[in-house]
Amino acid sequence: MSNNYFDIIRPGINSTFQDKGREHLYHIGIPFSGAMDNRNYLIANKLVSNKLDSAVIEFAYQGPHLKYSGAKINFAVTGDVIFKIKKKHTEIEGNCYESYQIENGDEINIISTNKSVYGYLALGGELDIKFQWDSCSVNTKANIGSNDGKKFNTGQRINLKKINSVKDIKKINYINTKIENIRVIKGTNFNYFSEVGKKNFYEKEFIVSKLSDRMGMRLEGPKIENIVNTNIKSEGLIKGVIQVPADGNPIIMLSDHGTIGGYPKIGVVASVDYDRLVQISPGSKIKFKEINLSDAETLFRLYEMETQNLLSQI
Amino acid sequence: MIKNISNLGDAAVYCDFGTEVNKSINSNVIKYFNSIKEKKFKGINNLTPSYNKLIISYDLKLTNFNEVKSYVESINVIDSITSVSKKIEIPVCCHEMFSMDIKRVEEKLNLSREKILDNFLNKEYFCYMTGFIAGMPFLGDLDKNMRVQRLETPRVKVPKGSVALTEQFANIYTFESPGGWNVIGNTPIDVFDSSKEDKPNLINPGDTVVFKEITLDQYKNFNEQ
Repeated sequence: MSNNYFDIIRPGINSTFQDKGREHLYHIGIPFSGAMDNRNYLIANKLVSNKLDSAVIEFAYQGPHLKYSGAKINFAVTGDVIFKIKKKHTEIEGNCYESYQIENGDEINIISTNKSVYGYLALGGELDIKFQWDSCSVNTKANIGSNDGKKFNTGQRINLKKINSVKDIKKINYINTKIENIRVIKGTNFNYFSEVGKKNFYEKEFIVSKLSDRMGMRLEGPKIENIVNTNIKSEGLIKGVIQVPADGNPIIMLSDHGTIGGYPKIGVVASVDYDRLVQISPGSKIKFKEINLSDAETLFRLYEMETQNLLSQI
Repeated sequence: MIKNISNLGDAAVYCDFGTEVNKSINSNVIKYFNSIKEKKFKGINNLTPSYNKLIISYDLKLTNFNEVKSYVESINVIDSITSVSKKIEIPVCCHEMFSMDIKRVEEKLNLSREKILDNFLNKEYFCYMTGFIAGMPFLGDLDKNMRVQRLETPRVKVPKGSVALTEQFANIYTFESPGGWNVIGNTPIDVFDSSKEDKPNLINPGDTVVFKEITLDQYKNFNEQ
């Protein structure tokens, strides 16, 4: 029994524990999982003086409403999120990228993400949760990770093993940039598609479908016509692969993706754009732009330097 | 043995062992898989062997395509540690309540339901790989007259336990998941158990699998025995 805990008054739509994810398990069918938007995950932990690879609460669209019992603790929210903090006599509107201190009886109410998908709630301390293969990350499709591999439910309790002694309030000026142009590297089956299909892929707009989740993002738009074979021999997949099934509608593999697939790969999203790709909400438009490997590597290095730079300012 | 090495995006190396699917090519893939797994090269964080491809994922913060490619080209391949392969019997119920694509398969193959099940059940399968979803085995080979393509649009939800066909292969959906294979039955047993971190898969590459038909009543009572 823990003396410091949060009661879940409202779980939110898709709230789970996530961390850096798990490695070396693709060959038995287990993907990385982990926080979808890695930069916002890291910043959230830094704002509450946690180790950078600590577990956080990830939510999509509507987040959880939590009531706290215990000693004073810091928390921070990252992403583009509207949330409220309810104290004994007041209720305030919270700001992302700023840590807050709460005490016994206070509530955190994460109303919604704003024109984005994922947000992060980091608690300044160590959560009392189960790890599987060195990660707490919940994969709801295979019921792996903490909380029996399931998303939050009403009436559950989040226990803390310990609370950080450092309770400085931290803040950083950061605004999530939104992108419509997703940079992609040619896939291994690029030549399976007709000239018109390839042209449509790079020049036309696609709409993110409602049938998108942590596993994949389905797109609707001009059909990408296949002229070779709409099936390939099943083979490995990675995060960011864009598969095109026989119906011509592309699907982008995301962090909980299947590890093997049999649809041709037209492209792969450049790592530099992954954090921002996952934040594009259903109904929004996206466009693909071709990039070569060496530019993709350079841009990722710059993105990573920027992330480290942000973290060092906290 | 590797015919071609290319990049899959900016964080994976794609090793192509050929276009055919057979045990000899697959065992080369497994040899490379075991060799690379053994040596733990800096930055490599995942390996996905399949019928005739090996995908090596790496952390772009720690290494890059050229480094990993040179490494793969330079390694001494060790002969795979011969693990004991098992023969596993999987009970399957092909009642119409489960076999949601049997009509499609009948039409595509121009075979009767009885003939399809007869072909499917009287066969030993070799497990080439596991994956897609946790623990899903890819089993081959179905006879030439039994080969049917994936659904045009994959299903958003295929029920857990579904036994399904595509081309020369059969598989088992270890969890409810999206998927495009032709479902012909369902098994009541758990093919994946995450509580066993060392060996979560019931079926592993190299194992032999046979399917045994059970009735709907046997299916319903299966987990109560």
